[in-house]
Amino acid sequence: MSEYVELSYFDIALASVFLLLNGALSLWLRLGIARNLAFAMVRMVVQLLLVGLLLKSLFAIQSPWLTLLVALFMVGFAAREIWARQERRLKGWRGLAIGGTSMGASAGVVALVALIVLVQPEPWWHPRFALPLLGMIMGNAMTGVSLSLDTLHTALNREQRAIEAQLLLGADKWHAMRPFIRQAMRAGFMPSINAMAAIGVVSLPGMMTGQILSGVDPNEAVKYQLMVMFLIAGATGIAVILATLGSARALSDDRDRLRIDRLRKAKK
Amino acid sequence: MLEIKALTRLHIGPISINLAEGEVIAIAGASGSGKSVLLRAIADLDPNEGQIKTQSGVRADMPAPEWRRKVAYLPAESGWWADTVGEHFKAPDDADLASLGLSPEAMSWDVARLSSGERQRLALLRLLEHKPEVLLLDEPTAPLDAENTALFEARVKRCIASGVSVILVTHDPAQATRIADRHYVLEDGQIKEVAHV
Repeated sequence: MSEYVELSYFDIALASVFLLLNGALSLWLRLGIARNLAFAMVRMVVQLLLVGLLLKSLFAIQSPWLTLLVALFMVGFAAREIWARQERRLKGWRGLAIGGTSMGASAGVVALVALIVLVQPEPWWHPRFALPLLGMIMGNAMTGVSLSLDTLHTALNREQRAIEAQLLLGADKWHAMRPFIRQAMRAGFMPSINAMAAIGVVSLPGMMTGQILSGVDPNEAVKYQLMVMFLIAGATGIAVILATLGSARALSDDRDRLRIDRLRKAKK
Repeated sequence: MLEIKALTRLHIGPISINLAEGEVIAIAGASGSGKSVLLRAIADLDPNEGQIKTQSGVRADMPAPEWRRKVAYLPAESGWWADTVGEHFKAPDDADLASLGLSPEAMSWDVARLSSGERQRLALLRLLEHKPEVLLLDEPTAPLDAENTALFEARVKRCIASGVSVILVTHDPAQATRIADRHYVLEDGQIKEVAHV
């Protein structure tokens, strides 16, 4: 029943006509984004072509170590992205490490369980399964963690006086920071909740659409999508909780002080 | 009673000073000389070195929250974390409120609508709920008018009479004379005793 329609490079060039039209319009309207648009477009083309080549050779070589190396590279890149998306960051190595390890560990564990217990490809680490799964899970965990850390750091900085007022009245650090820890965790959970609420009605998720386009039965595609959504939401929640608690701990000390001095504002 | 030995924080110190029970010292100094830095360090709100103790023990031997209940710091600008005043109190005492010219209804007021003077008086009362042994007051009556300053000082003097030691940071020499037993100036990170601030 599979009826996969192959695209030619000419088809792709044709598809870009609308975006090129956007570029022309933005020049005409002097939106000042033509250069950014062109750069982003070229970057996308180059990145995707390269990743296509990379995946193709990875599938051909079938090395577990090479797969692991690529996975680690993805984690490192996502960790840097979490760091970059915060307006106020923890100084030093912890600025990168807390968000990165929370996201990497929870996405990694969830992806491992999915591969070994659920999908069970042969071998279980086959890059055709491992890398896309990890990528989908980690992409969402990355968004959640960066939102929650950004919220936490902004709130602690803004509410320093209120938090210290509680500390001065004999509250411990967790009690004094609790409302802001909760606020940060909620911010990290929101994208997952919103995505689950709108899925299938407002948005048809990319993975499912892709499977359907390549000829997979919609029921089967839906099953895959459900599994992926559960994994994504679960991993994101764990990552958000770990990162928020870790960062709150790093922004206080064992004498129940608030250590705003450990934050640095990002240079614009 | 408060014994400070070789307290150091940033450019401040080492500072050593002893206060007997019910004793009051006033500290003056140019703005930026570190008066607030010193008080925050005594309250252990910022990292600092040195040994401090009160009659109930050495600071390093007790959890920081317990220390801050005994050595209570009233910052120049108070912080509030809930919407109404009452949420910041454990068991508000009507007589105490009246002694500072506040009515019991104050507990239902919105924090956002408090005047700076009301904030300051309420902040003192909520601090006293924990029955501190030492008070660290940072320009406490700056936002108060003459009448409320008198009420505020009278309330502090009641604490002093009951044995509370006080470090008072003030720009007001008259206030220092009214309350303090000894006067100091903070300069170049050191405190110097003077006849008068």
